[in-house]
Amino acid sequence: MKQRVVGVSVPRKEGAGKVTGNARYIDDLSLPGMLYGATVRSTVARGTIAGIDFCDGIPWNEFTIVTADDIPGKNAVSLILEDQPCLANGRVNHAEEPIVLLAHPERHLLPIAVASVHVRYETQRSIHSIEASERGEEIIWGDDNIFKTYLIVKGDVDSVWSDAAWIVEGEYSTGAQEQLYIENNGVIASFKEEEGVTVWGSMQCPFYVHKALMALTGLPEDKVRVVQTETGGAFGGKEEYPSMIAGHAVLLSQKSGRPVKLLYDRMEDMAATTKRHPSRTRHRTAVDKNGKLLGGEIEFVIDGGAYATLSSVVLSRGTIHAGGAYYWPNIRVRAKAVATNTPPHGAFRGFGAPQSLFALERHMDHVAHTIGLSPDEFRRRNLLQSGQSTATSQVIHEAIDLNQLLDRALLLSSYHEKAKQFAAHNLESSRKKGIGIAAFLHGSGFTGSGERYLNSLVGVEATELGDIRVLASSTEFGQGTNTILCQIAAEALGIDYEDVRMAPVDTRVVPNSGPTVASRTAMIIGRLVQSAAAGLRQTLIASGFLAGSASCEHFRAACRDYIRRFGKLQSWSRYEAPPNVFWDDTNYRGEAYPAFAWAVYVAEVTVDTATYSVSVDDFVAVQEVGKVLHPLLAAGQIEGGVAQGIGYALYEKVVWKDGRMLNNQMTNYIMPTAQDIPPIRVYFEEIPYEYGPYGAKGIGELPIDGPAPAIVNAIVHATGKSFCTIPLLPEDIFAGLANLRPQGIAEVRR
Amino acid sequence: MTGERSRNARREVSFTVNGKPCSVAVYPMQRLLDVLRSELHLTGTKEGCGEGECGSCSVLLNDELVNSCLIPILQVEGASVCTIEGLAAEVLHPVQRAFLECGGAQCGICTPGMILATISLLRHHPAPSMAQIREGLSGNLCRCTGYIRIFQAVEQAAKTIEATGPGAAQSSFDSLDASR
Repeated sequence: MKQRVVGVSVPRKEGAGKVTGNARYIDDLSLPGMLYGATVRSTVARGTIAGIDFCDGIPWNEFTIVTADDIPGKNAVSLILEDQPCLANGRVNHAEEPIVLLAHPERHLLPIAVASVHVRYETQRSIHSIEASERGEEIIWGDDNIFKTYLIVKGDVDSVWSDAAWIVEGEYSTGAQEQLYIENNGVIASFKEEEGVTVWGSMQCPFYVHKALMALTGLPEDKVRVVQTETGGAFGGKEEYPSMIAGHAVLLSQKSGRPVKLLYDRMEDMAATTKRHPSRTRHRTAVDKNGKLLGGEIEFVIDGGAYATLSSVVLSRGTIHAGGAYYWPNIRVRAKAVATNTPPHGAFRGFGAPQSLFALERHMDHVAHTIGLSPDEFRRRNLLQSGQSTATSQVIHEAIDLNQLLDRALLLSSYHEKAKQFAAHNLESSRKKGIGIAAFLHGSGFTGSGERYLNSLVGVEATELGDIRVLASSTEFGQGTNTILCQIAAEALGIDYEDVRMAPVDTRVVPNSGPTVASRTAMIIGRLVQSAAAGLRQTLIASGFLAGSASCEHFRAACRDYIRRFGKLQSWSRYEAPPNVFWDDTNYRGEAYPAFAWAVYVAEVTVDTATYSVSVDDFVAVQEVGKVLHPLLAAGQIEGGVAQGIGYALYEKVVWKDGRMLNNQMTNYIMPTAQDIPPIRVYFEEIPYEYGPYGAKGIGELPIDGPAPAIVNAIVHATGKSFCTIPLLPEDIFAGLANLRPQGIAEVRR
Repeated sequence: MTGERSRNARREVSFTVNGKPCSVAVYPMQRLLDVLRSELHLTGTKEGCGEGECGSCSVLLNDELVNSCLIPILQVEGASVCTIEGLAAEVLHPVQRAFLECGGAQCGICTPGMILATISLLRHHPAPSMAQIREGLSGNLCRCTGYIRIFQAVEQAAKTIEATGPGAAQSSFDSLDASR
């Protein structure tokens, strides 16, 4: 059936406020009597705290000072485990770990005060790499520095090596990446003895903050209220960290008896908050004489930093995606997340998948090159087909044709013509041109049984005026949550988009529909909105107030009549897993995700062999994400993800020294500017997914998975040098081309 | 955040903001950004980095695009400042409308600065080439959009302004509730 609202690029719900400057972000708000907060952080990576000195010259009596001793409940940032303290108590496990909190009415006095708190340490030896952690140079977490391990086994990979025509090995690594939302982390907290605590802030997951604050304060559920304010970008960087900063602001407010605003500046945000996990992946792959994959052994390791935070789930997604969009008759994936004395790494768009997919897609090119097939042909022979199964033995039932997706991407990018042209061009020019492919997938929604545990609830209600509010804890931070959920509700109710709005994301107002992460909002929450809206419409029809087909005016009147008669009109919908979705958490087998989005990306680059700089000249992104709910927003998601992927591949390098970020400024941590972005040509295939709203699947994370491998494959194509590490800066390319340092370990055996 | 205030007394600084004269008692080295936001409650100008890299705090100072985080307020004496709040009265400015219609605003935090950068760009280049657009916006970082839809917004705004003048016509978006 043709839709009226879904699939149309309606105006973004909160767009007018954003283009006029009227949208109110956390730093735009203040409360009467409000203090400003600041954080004293560890300057060492590991040690015990011998003492804290408050230096002379500061009127300390004017300041509210909070340490771990002031915490009323549990000194932990409650997430999956409770190993991370809210404030360091006696010892520190990473640089920038919070130790003392300060608050004062004058914002400008705080940096001086922070600098005047001197913490004395007895330092201990710290570890700062995956390898140092694996070797157990120091044991800094648990018995063995390991947060989590997973093992995926399909078939019998040990049996394939003897029959292989080729066995190809490779090692790949990826660096940390800063989310670099333009609005820094910030909250305002107000604690009142009778009412409890309210926190307003920039965040993705108000109910995560709610849970963490209950544990920290010891307050009951109804005495903790969390309200999301307009949020200036997140990308995962405001998934778990707001629980920490909210806790700090609450402690300061509780002690001072005044509202407290705690807002990081850029340097603090970059140094202290989470980043994408660095990774190392090793591949050993057996291929038969026809270029078909026989089996693979993959070892995937991520650096989780000093505390467990979300590393186990980041690792999970990375592990499940490690075999990519290919059919492996036999595969074994061993994965682990290890501890280092680095600020904890955390959620960032893609959540482990960009790391393992970078390795896989570089390795696919490496295998193709080794066995003498073109990158597209080798992929064509091995891409998953409907009816085949993924690494977790999940059978693909969707009617997806990945070879067709590949063909379309090759055609749109003029791949074969370009490859031919570049071969001729590169003989005569120092500006080497190359073209590279990445084929990949991204699972929509929480992994495995995750959606069942979340048990999300969504409501749709009519107001007395007869317009509609959607009740969900799904947050808007640029990606278009408000707009698509209102579109879906309007479509299902048979009314205009303008007559639907989102209820404010306030834990007192909306139900817990889970976090806004994991490409789950469109597919999971959208579906719940659709069914709640359909329920509301059904109620109106059953009550006799609404005829089957009615105008928007009739609909409004029916809502008013119903509310006058019965008091209120609400409809709720709770998550139910699609049928035949089974996940075995012990053996890591089964339906890892209800559905996948699929894509083939092609990047075209120029490598200047005089300056070693790289430009991305063209980018084609072809994907299948089910029904496209809003073409403009969808394309915007892809383009933004590709731009972040360009940064991940070519520019964004976190420089570490003893576990501290040295380049924690936009001046020297370089993200793509308007000058660095090629034309990004976005194309959608639409195969409606049966259990998504109007057929939609997840989209938000997919586009960060493909650009880095496509770009590096293009650089390898241009230069003939097998680069295996990102970020790949000009100095790395120089070193590679000059053979100054080895890039990856690529062993080939016949 | 400006330190070392105790050595300086507050003084009166007078300038024009969005066409209205104003006078504030401030520390001479306070940033224009903070004066706009804290003293004048014009919070549409955003702070992203505090060091002139991201452009979120872009305003027009005597019609030139500047990062207001790098401008000491003393330097603004007698000058005219235009912020995002100065653009839309009854109807949206064509540049604002183009950002809305083309998908040039996602999270919105870079948007006020990006819009002022666009206005400055279009004053210098009423019909800008893609290279001029890229250069004109290269001081304003956006992490959400990948810039593509911002480029399209600039092109659309240029066409609208050329066709109708900056006072531009009505649009279906004008009636949108500004808050949500």
